[in-house]
Amino acid sequence: MNDRISLEALKSNRRSLLKGMGAAAIGISFAGLAGCGGGESAKVGADGKLAATGEAPELNFYNWDTYIGETTLEDYKGASGTNVKMSLFANNDELFAKLRAGNPGFDVIVPSNDFVERMVQSDMILPLDMAQIPNFKNIDPAFTDVAYDPGRKYSMPYTWLVLGIGYRKSKVKPEPDSWKVLFDSDQYKGRIALLSEAGDLFRLYGKYLGKSVNELNAADIKRIEAMMIKQKPFVKAFHEDNGQDLLVKGEVDLVLEYNGDIAQKMVEDPDIGFVVPKEGSQLNSDSLCIPKGAPHPKNAHAFINYLLDGNVGKGITEAIQYPTPNGKVKELMGEEYSNNQVIFPRADVLSKCEYAKFNADIQPLFEEAFTRVRAA
Amino acid sequence: MQDWKTQRSAFAAIATAPTLWLLLFFIIPLAIVWAYSFGSNDGLTSIKISGTFANYARALEPLYLQIFGKSVAVAALTTLICLIVGFPVALAISFATPKWKPWLLLLIMLPFWTNLLIRTYALLSLLGTRGVVNQGAEWFWGAFGLAGMFGPFEPLPLLYNNFAVIFGLVYVHLPFMVLPLYAALDRLDKSLIEASLDLGAGHWTTITRIVAPLAAPGIISGLIITFVPALGSYLTPDLMGGTDSQMIANVVERQFKRANDWPFGAALSFLLMYATFILIALQALRNRKAEAGR
Repeated sequence: MNDRISLEALKSNRRSLLKGMGAAAIGISFAGLAGCGGGESAKVGADGKLAATGEAPELNFYNWDTYIGETTLEDYKGASGTNVKMSLFANNDELFAKLRAGNPGFDVIVPSNDFVERMVQSDMILPLDMAQIPNFKNIDPAFTDVAYDPGRKYSMPYTWLVLGIGYRKSKVKPEPDSWKVLFDSDQYKGRIALLSEAGDLFRLYGKYLGKSVNELNAADIKRIEAMMIKQKPFVKAFHEDNGQDLLVKGEVDLVLEYNGDIAQKMVEDPDIGFVVPKEGSQLNSDSLCIPKGAPHPKNAHAFINYLLDGNVGKGITEAIQYPTPNGKVKELMGEEYSNNQVIFPRADVLSKCEYAKFNADIQPLFEEAFTRVRAA
Repeated sequence: MQDWKTQRSAFAAIATAPTLWLLLFFIIPLAIVWAYSFGSNDGLTSIKISGTFANYARALEPLYLQIFGKSVAVAALTTLICLIVGFPVALAISFATPKWKPWLLLLIMLPFWTNLLIRTYALLSLLGTRGVVNQGAEWFWGAFGLAGMFGPFEPLPLLYNNFAVIFGLVYVHLPFMVLPLYAALDRLDKSLIEASLDLGAGHWTTITRIVAPLAAPGIISGLIITFVPALGSYLTPDLMGGTDSQMIANVVERQFKRANDWPFGAALSFLLMYATFILIALQALRNRKAEAGR
């Protein structure tokens, strides 16, 4: 997800640059002005034609960067006549902030699992009409009924990820199999980088302590905070989801990262390994949703259905190299992909992994505790 | 020059557009964020403005005061280093020949044309464990046979610590210091310097007793214009800092994003803003006093 962070940082940068110019500038968000001419409920497209769905042949897709096949959108235009306009967001917070004050005209969005929950709770997502998404049958049964969206009422899985330990094989021996090397040991002093996401860190420490990622209470947070402060001198940096770069550059020998990010780097550097520790880990899944107020809900259903098609999904997966929740795609991708233990960790380890539930009350506690850890 | 009071309609015609712009895109959004700082989260997407001071009370807890303190210290040290490095540079440019001046100024401003993020990444590849500096040092180590005396080469820890943050901030903010200093020094009557030197003062005395007092307004605006953005920086500590390098702006960012606690984030950022206002007000006061004293 390195591309995401650099985009985000570019954006942040614009703000600090303005500040730097001596003006006490504040970030003004032109939400909805950029990249989406939607919002109008025009039934007819610019050329007066209608899509097969009876709506104007256009669709506004709000997606992560580098998260679609090279020709997917053109192919869809060829197949359906619908013109897809794609805008990009850098992280879930940006997505949420844009839709917070009302949908500026997006038809399909791709929030991660916890934000699916959060947006459903905030009444920002339309329930899906499954009759319009027959390709749901392609989805791997492991993803058809998930805790963050019981019965798949609001979201279709697009990709999934798992957090684990990326490491340099020649410097880290034996192969790590526990979170201990990152969280509770000075064995690799000064050669560790952890993800700077408070929630993810606390939940994974919880996993290390044998707890569910969704069962942490205030006492656990206190205990974990003390553990983090104790471990802090041995940690070189909290990285902004660019851990794979730190690993490749030799800044550190162990990083907490997502499997997809490490898998991309293993192609360039065979000395890099990845493992999901035996205690289990945290799963994430980016999902296709239709936000409330979408100007073209029928096109949105048709587009989601198209993305779940086996061959279309294959094109996307070939481009982005993320684990797919689509059984058909996995079948079509061939053995080299589906037997890759980084992209698809072992089943017995995977069974111990959980999705983090969105919990509005505990997130600020994580953040404050992490602020204390960093200030300590 | 004409007094604006005698040309009201012309003045109004010119001033309306920028005033409206300022009001619409600066004052009003800022006022909204200011109002948030007296509110509390009401559900996931709405904020209730209840007039509470709880956010400010929380922002003044020792944890956050300590981070404020650290940010002020980092910004102050950055500013001081910028002054020490920037003053000779500005002085040199002001004494350069007219042919060279624009080119030297261009060199100072050139980095502004490159995006801050890209400059920061460039610094990362310069200072990294296998970066240019460490590779150079390793070559030096090998070439002069230092390994025999001091043992094998250990890469210098130049990145992911507080040193890296200060280094990065000085690098980024140096032009902010040099330009106002240059503006002040360039206006300086050079004959005063000659007089001082003629009358027996040394170079150091001339700088401390003649040049510095005369350039004081420029020095002070340089200090403020460097200190204020340095205080609010968050990209540099994020990308170059170690585990304890967070500054207050990093905490503010997390409130608006992950923690989804806009009221608290607003209170924190307005505390920063109040501090900035006080600084600027103090300088204005000082200017007025100086004018009155004339």
